[in-house]
Amino acid sequence: MSSPTRFKKTSLIALAVAMVLIIVGIVVNLLPIPDNSMWRVLFGVSTLNFTLRATIPLALGAMAGILCERTGIINIGIEGMMLAGAFAGFVAKVATNDWPLMASLLVGVAAALVAGAAMGYIHALFSIKFKMDQIISGTFLILLAGGLTSYLFNPDSVAEGKFSPIAIPLLSKIPVIGDIFFNNPPITYAAFIIVIALHIGLFHTKWGLRSRAAGEHPRAADTVGINVNFYRYLNTTLGGMVAGLAGGFLVLEAVGQFQEGMTAGRGFISLAAMIFGNWMPFGALGAATLFGYTQGVQNALLLAGVVNIPRHFISMLPYLVTIIAVAGFVGRVRPPAAEGKVYETEGSSE
Amino acid sequence: MGHFSLRRLFRSLLIPVLAVLTALVVGAIIMWLAGDNPIAAYKGLFQGAFGSARGWATTIRKWSPLLLTGLSVAVAFQAGLFNIGASGQFMMGTIFSVWVGINFADMPAIIHVPLAISAGILGGLLWGSIPGILKVTTGAHEVITTIMLNYIAALFAGWTVYAGGSQGQKPGPLWDPAAKAISQTPPVVESARIPFIFGPPYRVHWGIALAIITIFVMAWLIYKTTIGFELRTVGQNFKASKYAGIRVGWTIILAMMLAGALAGMAGAIETLGVNFKFAPEFGGSVGFDGITVALLGQTNPFGVGLAAFFLASLAAGGAKMQFDSGVSSDIIQVINALLLAFVAAPAIIRYIYRIRKSPEEKETTPKISWGGG
Repeated sequence: MSSPTRFKKTSLIALAVAMVLIIVGIVVNLLPIPDNSMWRVLFGVSTLNFTLRATIPLALGAMAGILCERTGIINIGIEGMMLAGAFAGFVAKVATNDWPLMASLLVGVAAALVAGAAMGYIHALFSIKFKMDQIISGTFLILLAGGLTSYLFNPDSVAEGKFSPIAIPLLSKIPVIGDIFFNNPPITYAAFIIVIALHIGLFHTKWGLRSRAAGEHPRAADTVGINVNFYRYLNTTLGGMVAGLAGGFLVLEAVGQFQEGMTAGRGFISLAAMIFGNWMPFGALGAATLFGYTQGVQNALLLAGVVNIPRHFISMLPYLVTIIAVAGFVGRVRPPAAEGKVYETEGSSE
Repeated sequence: MGHFSLRRLFRSLLIPVLAVLTALVVGAIIMWLAGDNPIAAYKGLFQGAFGSARGWATTIRKWSPLLLTGLSVAVAFQAGLFNIGASGQFMMGTIFSVWVGINFADMPAIIHVPLAISAGILGGLLWGSIPGILKVTTGAHEVITTIMLNYIAALFAGWTVYAGGSQGQKPGPLWDPAAKAISQTPPVVESARIPFIFGPPYRVHWGIALAIITIFVMAWLIYKTTIGFELRTVGQNFKASKYAGIRVGWTIILAMMLAGALAGMAGAIETLGVNFKFAPEFGGSVGFDGITVALLGQTNPFGVGLAAFFLASLAAGGAKMQFDSGVSSDIIQVINALLLAFVAAPAIIRYIYRIRKSPEEKETTPKISWGGG
């Protein structure tokens, strides 16, 4: 666990991709390029805004994955946690429609967090106490969330209002960068704070050291007195909360309403972002940006009315890029060593 | 398989049966909490599935796709692989078979039907081979690649029947111009339709016989052939099978091709025996249900057959349940999910009913590798 493992190559590649995107975006938007040029379509402010909006749930989902997997719990159920968060946020928002907007939205966020945490706790309980295969437990969460939200969803209910952008003084006045980064609704800012906090937490605190020890070498961690399963329960539940927030973002900040199956594979793409980013918060953020960009470009191309490529093929972009990224990089990344393995203290096994 | 003993049979059925009961009870509690009447719901469900000849017919009609996607997931599990991609493979099977089914109108049925089914099998097989090849050559985990391929297959299928757009977007190659603005294929020609065992209103077709034969074929393949032995060995002990000289890479690709072929066959049978055309909304949850079926059937082909019958009865009764009791048939998806949890973690059932784990009992849930493992 020496410091070079902190930024391994693939996470740097993912970060570099994000950086290139931002720099090209700035250059394109500052040069007098005509509006109908392909450069404008691919790198215009609106495309980059789309990109950011698509990136946030992916980045949050990836952070949820990192939280769980760093302690050794595989989490393919992010999709289900997100959907549960989205639905809970929606229900709470609808129930408080006549409250002041901000209070009602915050209740929605709280509900999304609680629902996500509950899903995370169930995942931990099944994986640790009942020794369910963790991949199957994740599948269960996806199916449960899909079924329950469809069953309980009342299509007549309408959430009134969503989070509006808050411009950060001074910073939002910077050309291009200000438009993209510093004039956003609150969950977007929160997502960036979570990425930074997770990086600091994982690599510079006692909690992070213990969490990683539980995921890399639980026996050794146990020997020095770390309660492995406590950290696994804690981080999986926290991960669920973060995934729930991603769902809350979709309902309370991006779309404003709930739709059945609205996560549309975002949970899985964030899983790919986590792998591509090598289980590093910033690496995963970079990868999430790349995937988010494919969605941004998809939207931009559709809006620009590019009709010679059928829209179905344009919509395949994010999924194709995910496969390519996972196929191209998975051999070069290293998951936490004890991932997916049940940990039993000596003598506690049946 | 060992010698037959009644006690062992009882033990192997105990957990699945208790899992089914528990899932139904928890489902009832959820309905009650949501303000629905679970007793009325289950009454409608049962009557819908078994209360009439038509109910039975619907159950049997829904049996074959669940059975085949269940076998698809089960055969992958046998090799230690998790095929979440059955719905994409189903979709590709549908597209391939519908293409053969709407063309070649002059062909005699005796050739046309098998040809269209084979095309579906081929479509699923090819789509299933992609995650297998990617896993062997690059190490990309099949869980992520199969899910991404599901979305891509759905978009691809949607494009083939796309009706075109008002701004000059070209329609897809399989779109039926007679359907005007509706995105769907022309009807499958008469000679490519799977014949009925019982005609309308029952609409039970011979595809179910094909599905039941497939159970026996898969059981033979898995338990009686070298390929099956290699498949199971790779699934049980990846490293040892390598040292034993098994071509692990090839076995993994083969398992995924088999899984894809079975799901593709399900798509073909649905298209040629039930729907007689393709539209983008066809397919539904059949791929994910295959996971529940495979686990409830403990990845044994005969168990899968039974499990698929149970899930088919739930699916068949859903419409009548919703009509009679007003309970949304979406609750069946919840019951399926609970069922998956209880069969995948027998420890939960043992915990609830305080059943001791018997020493000769072996772990029935598959082990799936992740990352480098």
